[in-house]
Amino acid sequence: MTDEPLLRVSALSKFYGSRVGCDNVSFDLWPGEVLAVVGESGSGKTTLLNCLSTRLLPSSGTASYRMRDGQFRELYRMSEAERRFLMRTDWGFVHQNPADGLRMTVSAGANVGERLMAVGDRHYGRIRATAVDWLSRVEIDEDRIDDEPRAFSGGMRQRLQIARNLVTGPRLVFMDEPTGGLDVSVQARLLDLLRGLVTDLGLAAIVVTHDLAVARLLSQRMMVMKDGRVVESGLTDRVLDDPRAPYTQLLVSSILQV
Amino acid sequence: MTAQSTDIATYNFAYLDEQTKRMIRRAILKGIAIPGYQVPFASREMPMPYGWGTGGVQVTASIIGPDDVLKVIDQGADDTTNAVSIRAFFKKVTNVAVTTDTASATIIQTRHRIPEHPLTADQVLVYQVPIPEPLRFLEPRETETRKMHALEEYGLMHVKLYEDIAKHGRIATTYAYPVKVEGRYVMDPSPTPKFDNPKMHRSPALQLFGAGREKRIYAVPPFTEVVSLDFEDHPFEVQTFDQPCALCAAENVYLDEVILDDHGGHMFVCSDTDHCEKRRNAPTSPLWGGRAEGAGGGLDQSTPHSTPTPAPRADPPHKGEGKEIR
Repeated sequence: MTDEPLLRVSALSKFYGSRVGCDNVSFDLWPGEVLAVVGESGSGKTTLLNCLSTRLLPSSGTASYRMRDGQFRELYRMSEAERRFLMRTDWGFVHQNPADGLRMTVSAGANVGERLMAVGDRHYGRIRATAVDWLSRVEIDEDRIDDEPRAFSGGMRQRLQIARNLVTGPRLVFMDEPTGGLDVSVQARLLDLLRGLVTDLGLAAIVVTHDLAVARLLSQRMMVMKDGRVVESGLTDRVLDDPRAPYTQLLVSSILQV
Repeated sequence: MTAQSTDIATYNFAYLDEQTKRMIRRAILKGIAIPGYQVPFASREMPMPYGWGTGGVQVTASIIGPDDVLKVIDQGADDTTNAVSIRAFFKKVTNVAVTTDTASATIIQTRHRIPEHPLTADQVLVYQVPIPEPLRFLEPRETETRKMHALEEYGLMHVKLYEDIAKHGRIATTYAYPVKVEGRYVMDPSPTPKFDNPKMHRSPALQLFGAGREKRIYAVPPFTEVVSLDFEDHPFEVQTFDQPCALCAAENVYLDEVILDDHGGHMFVCSDTDHCEKRRNAPTSPLWGGRAEGAGGGLDQSTPHSTPTPAPRADPPHKGEGKEIR
C-alpha cells in the first residue's frame, strides 16, 4: 500500500446542453476503499459513474488514475484503445441490469472467460479451470458452467456478472445499483458476498446506490448528491448517524423502519 | 477455348461501367494493402439477387481483361446453377475464354471452395462472401465490430470457439472458420469448409473477397500468413474422411455427400468436380482406366449456354448461408 490515491477526481462536470448531469465533483479514492455515491434518482450519480468509467466524456474537469506501474494517467487524455484495455483488465463495471453486463447468449463459463481470452489467454483448460474457480467463489454451482445466463435467476446473474468482472483481478470496480431489483434475502447474500470479495481482494470500489442500507454495509466513505452537486461527504457512519446537510437529514429520516 | 465473335455492343466490357470498375479496383487495392481489412465499397445492383454472388461478380468484372481465362465454381462444382449462370454471364458480357480446368484458368470465381489443384502466382481466386464480418453473430453492432477490428480486440472470437468446446468437446465450427491474416486482422474466409483454410496460408495466388449485399471487399495478397484461430490445448484441425471419393478414389480431398435414392442410399464424392473428372479421365486412374460413363459426366464446353445437368446435391443455392444465428 502506498499513501497515494488510486483515483484523483478534480472539478468534474458534465452538462447535457443546458441541463446539469453532475457539477464540480472532486474527490480522491484510495486503494482498497469503497466509496458510496447516494442520492435520489436524477441526482447525477450515474452520470458521475459513467464519466469516471470513461463511458461518457465529461464537459470539464480531470480524473487521473494510478496505473499498475505507479504512474498517474489522465483518463480523458488516454487513447480509446488504452481506455478499453484498462476497462477490461484493471477495472470492472457491474451494471444494475445484469443483461447489460453479460453476454446472455453464451454460457456462464464463456462469460467469465471472455476477459481472459481478451487479454490473450489461449489455453482452454486453464480458462475453464479459472471459470470454475470463480463460479464457486460467487456461489454458483459448477454444473451450471455451460448454462446460458438466460437460464439463471436475477441474483445468480448478478453474481455471474461480478465473477466476470473480477476474473482479471481488477483494482477498481464501478457498481451501478448492484442490488437493485433483487429481493431482500438475495440482496443480503449478494452484499455479504461483495463485502467478502472486496475485503479479500483489496478492491477499491465506487458504488452508486439509492439504498442507504447498501451504502452502510459496503462503504467506508460516502458522497451525497443532489441536483448534480455533492451536498455532503464523509465517513459513512458519520454521514448516516450525524447528517449535516438538510438534504442528507431528509434522506436519512426517510428510511423506512421495519 | 476460342473467343466467339459475338456482338457485345449493348454492354460495356464486363457489364460494369468504367467508373464503377475504377471504384472497385481502388477498394481492391486498399484491401490488398491492408490484408484482411474489410474495405467498404459502393456495391452496385447486379442482374442477379443478393446471395448469389453479386460481390464476387463485381470483383471479377473489375479485374477481368480480354485475355483472361475464367473458371467459376459453386461449392467446388463447375456444373451447378450458380457456376453455370455466372460463367454464362461473363461469356456474354466479356467474351473471354471460360474453362473448367483449374490449372489453365487465370481468374477463378468461387463460392465456398478452394480448388484441390494447387494455385499459382498467375491466378486470382475471387470469393463470393455472404457475411464478411467474422464477429457479426457475436456482436450485432457494426460500429462496435469496426472498433473491435481497429483496436484489435479479438477476445470475443475465442469466446465462440470456447463455446464450441464447452458444448461439443471440440471446436465444432466446420466452415467460415475464423482466421488471422498477417498477424493483424481476424477475417471470415467466407463459408469455405475449414478443410480449405490451410490452402489460404501463404498461397501464391491473390485471393479477393467480395460481399455485394454487405458492400465490403477484402483481400489476402500472395504469400500472406493466414492462421486459423484455436486454443493451445485444442489446436486447429481440418476435417478428415474415413473413405475415399466413391468416383475417383481420391483421398485427402474434401468430399460431398450425395443422396442416391429415398431409401438412405448415399455416397461421398469429391466436391471439386474438375479434380474428380481429371482423375477419372487420367489413363492411370486405378478405378476407371479411362473416360467415365454415366456417373457425374463431363461438362460439355462447346455449348456453355445449354441447360446444365443439375448435380445431385442436397443443398440449394443459398441466401445468407446457414451460419448459426445465435
